[in-house]
Amino acid sequence: MSTTPIPAAPGAGQPAPVLSIQNLEVTFATDGGDVHAVRDVSLDVQPGEVVAIVGESGSGKTVTAKTILGLLPETATSAGVVLINGNNIISVSAAKLRQIRGRDVAMVFQEPSTALNPVFTVGWQIVEGIRAHTGKDSRVSSKEAKIRAIEALRKVGIPDPEVRFGHYPHQFSGGQKQRVVIAAALALNPGLIVADEPTTALDVTVQAEILQLLRDLRDSDGTSIVLITHNMGVVADLADRVVVMYQGDVVEEAPVAELFAAPRQDYTRALLAAVPHLGRDSASAGVTSRAHQDRKVLVSAENLTIEYPGRLGSPAFRAVDGVSFTLSEGEVFGLVGESGSGKTTIGRAIAGLNRTTGGSLKVLDYEMLTFKERSFKPLRKDIGFVFQDPAASFNPQLTIGECIVEPLVIHRNPTPAQARQRAGELLESVQLPASYAARYPHELSGGQRQRASLARALILNPKLLIADEPTSALDVSVQAKVLELFRDIQQEFGFAALFISHDLAVVDILSHWVGVLYRGSMVEQGIGSQVMGAPQHEYTKKLIASLPVPDPFEQARRREANRKLLGA
Amino acid sequence: MSIETTSVTPPGGKSLLQRLPIVSHFNRSVGLQRGMLVAGLSLTAVFLLTAIFAPLLAPYGFAQISDSDGSFPAQQAPGGQHLLGTTVGGYDVLSRVIWGTQTAVMVIVVAVTMSIFLGVILGLVSGYIGGWVDRILVVIADAVYAFPSLLVAIVMAIVISGGQSKLWGGILAAAISITVVFIPQYFRVIRAETIRLKSEPFVESARVVGASSIRIMSRHIFKNATRTLPLIFTLNASEAILTLAGLGFLGFGIEPSNAAEWGFDLNKALADTTSGIWWTGLFPGLAIVLTVLGLTLVGESINDLNDPRLRGRKRAGGRRRMARAVPSTAKGTTEESTS
Repeated sequence: MSTTPIPAAPGAGQPAPVLSIQNLEVTFATDGGDVHAVRDVSLDVQPGEVVAIVGESGSGKTVTAKTILGLLPETATSAGVVLINGNNIISVSAAKLRQIRGRDVAMVFQEPSTALNPVFTVGWQIVEGIRAHTGKDSRVSSKEAKIRAIEALRKVGIPDPEVRFGHYPHQFSGGQKQRVVIAAALALNPGLIVADEPTTALDVTVQAEILQLLRDLRDSDGTSIVLITHNMGVVADLADRVVVMYQGDVVEEAPVAELFAAPRQDYTRALLAAVPHLGRDSASAGVTSRAHQDRKVLVSAENLTIEYPGRLGSPAFRAVDGVSFTLSEGEVFGLVGESGSGKTTIGRAIAGLNRTTGGSLKVLDYEMLTFKERSFKPLRKDIGFVFQDPAASFNPQLTIGECIVEPLVIHRNPTPAQARQRAGELLESVQLPASYAARYPHELSGGQRQRASLARALILNPKLLIADEPTSALDVSVQAKVLELFRDIQQEFGFAALFISHDLAVVDILSHWVGVLYRGSMVEQGIGSQVMGAPQHEYTKKLIASLPVPDPFEQARRREANRKLLGA
Repeated sequence: MSIETTSVTPPGGKSLLQRLPIVSHFNRSVGLQRGMLVAGLSLTAVFLLTAIFAPLLAPYGFAQISDSDGSFPAQQAPGGQHLLGTTVGGYDVLSRVIWGTQTAVMVIVVAVTMSIFLGVILGLVSGYIGGWVDRILVVIADAVYAFPSLLVAIVMAIVISGGQSKLWGGILAAAISITVVFIPQYFRVIRAETIRLKSEPFVESARVVGASSIRIMSRHIFKNATRTLPLIFTLNASEAILTLAGLGFLGFGIEPSNAAEWGFDLNKALADTTSGIWWTGLFPGLAIVLTVLGLTLVGESINDLNDPRLRGRKRAGGRRRMARAVPSTAKGTTEESTS
């Protein structure tokens, strides 16, 4: 927990740290008693340094970040010292705190679309921040503030900043919005930026651009960055020094290269081992031809088109545009794409949750174009579905056991004893104790709930399983275990699966055959290891190049290659 | 990120008693909010106990104007035989006030049960099925909203009992008119919840496994959509009393020989005020005010306690101080994003 001496920023001798946290403790008052979110955290950030705070959900990393800006809710009490420019954030007055925010330290939030006020122009929002910090002696005219705001927008790479100054947040894309948020943070040239999961809500290709922007800012202005993230790839890409947190404590602190090469603590080692790494542990390693082609085809899409009706007067939105693929018995088909690519729409259409509007989609020989709930119902027992958010996909009022046997009750009408027994069997096959059947969903952890969700999908021994981002709501270490379980169970039960994910590395671990979707079209499909290793389509190449790998040296090399690719 | 999720107390895992609406709210409350809840609960308890034990508590019957010593004196000031005095008709004010609680409770129970049942069923069907059924029901609900509730009540009173009523006729007239006015409230709330829940993954997962619409509505949506009902129940109960009193005041209430009714007594007391006779009006009026206040306090406290952002908590670290988790985070958020 001691601060290791780190190489100071270029050009500086031994400068004072921009941020110094000593023995920080934060406690929340909750209905269940006091919760110690942060126990004893000490860390320093030097000028021009990027310090990453990593940890799983509940490790206290976000609370630490909010403390730096004095943004804790009033249910929290904090003790210790958070020094910024000689001011202790924990004990200063509210007025002083307002001065410090924005001028000495600024924050970049996770979700750019909610961090900007939709009813004001982005220019107005940046100017407001600049003018809020003008004292009696240093009044900034609105004209001058506008010039500074435009300058900040230009700095973060918004084209035509003079014009864009007057635009509203909805006129920007997600990545551009995050740039605007960064511009607002930079407007007063703070020495320190706290970035709380700045790229988590963004697609990988956009993420790469934002990381590049943050790196450039550090290099050109010497801004220090505290980066809060759970993504080890992002850490490897951007950070100079890493602080690993676990249950409110700092477990390890080391320069980035040292941490990835030789982690000292068991927890760090386990965390790094759980991170999926593109190109390792591929399900289709060494495979040369598509497997399972001699088996029956369960799902076949031909020129499949799905449209959502537009609002009055605007044309329909085409979410899926002429996609063709087949899925045979026993095969795991991985569907990859960024948000808005139509991957979830395809999965939902196969389960009969969305209507198809053109082409042909045959599910178990049932043509979905002429879908009628009544005639499709008998086929539902052969289709299992695992949802993205395990917390929301269970009825909170029913026990896990009742939820799991729901399909059985609907289709087979078993006696209560039979149902109980089957629920117990299934829970054991997903490695949960059978006694968990009596628990309520909220009494299980995220990973346990997702296992139970898998048990529910499998209770009728379906021929086909659709898994829509089943691990994206889970922590990496939990994700690794769920993926392993999924792979074992798929081999044991032998069902066909459509595995939908935005994470290339995760898809590669499970899938025999991978399809890449881009804006509703299937741009490439092939054997997993071949698509990941030697992508053919431009978009696939860009997608793979943008994915940060959890290894600082390899990532630096990839970044150079990526820059060439993007520049070309 | 983790703050909001940890602060919600999960419903299960405790004994059934502790999960009951009011009990769980009491356990979660602290400081001023607990004071409000306790005050509301005590007033409501006094109200309910009075209604139950009215025959034991009231010195005379509600329609009694004489006893073995002869007729009661009219408009006698409080004291002596008649603790709160008598009215112009010779009724004992204290007895009328005590018996009045019984009428009030009956109206509340009948009105609120009827409107809950109908409102919840219509809301579930309308929200889940959607389409033209939904549109028609919403239009009707809006139309009922547009009616002044007293006007509906008067029309109902005329339709049911020709304007002058016996005990049950009067109670039903009041209850049905209140029902008609309250159904849209329950309907609206349940329909909105149903529409929200309809797109929740657990409802979709029920659809994927092939559950029928009725099964989805009854097993998956119903229980999750009815969480706000205790709140509307208490608030509506107080409104029901006001409507009943209003009806009685306008003369559409229950005849004094059939039951005691506060609104009716207030009406009769109107003429007394100019001649300095305060007790005939003051006590029925106080009874209305205190009952409504009690029920509203309970309702408002439940509302605050249900919302983790409004709920006060003990300060972390053992110092007993009210801490309101008001939008300090949100405020900071907007400030930061713009600076």
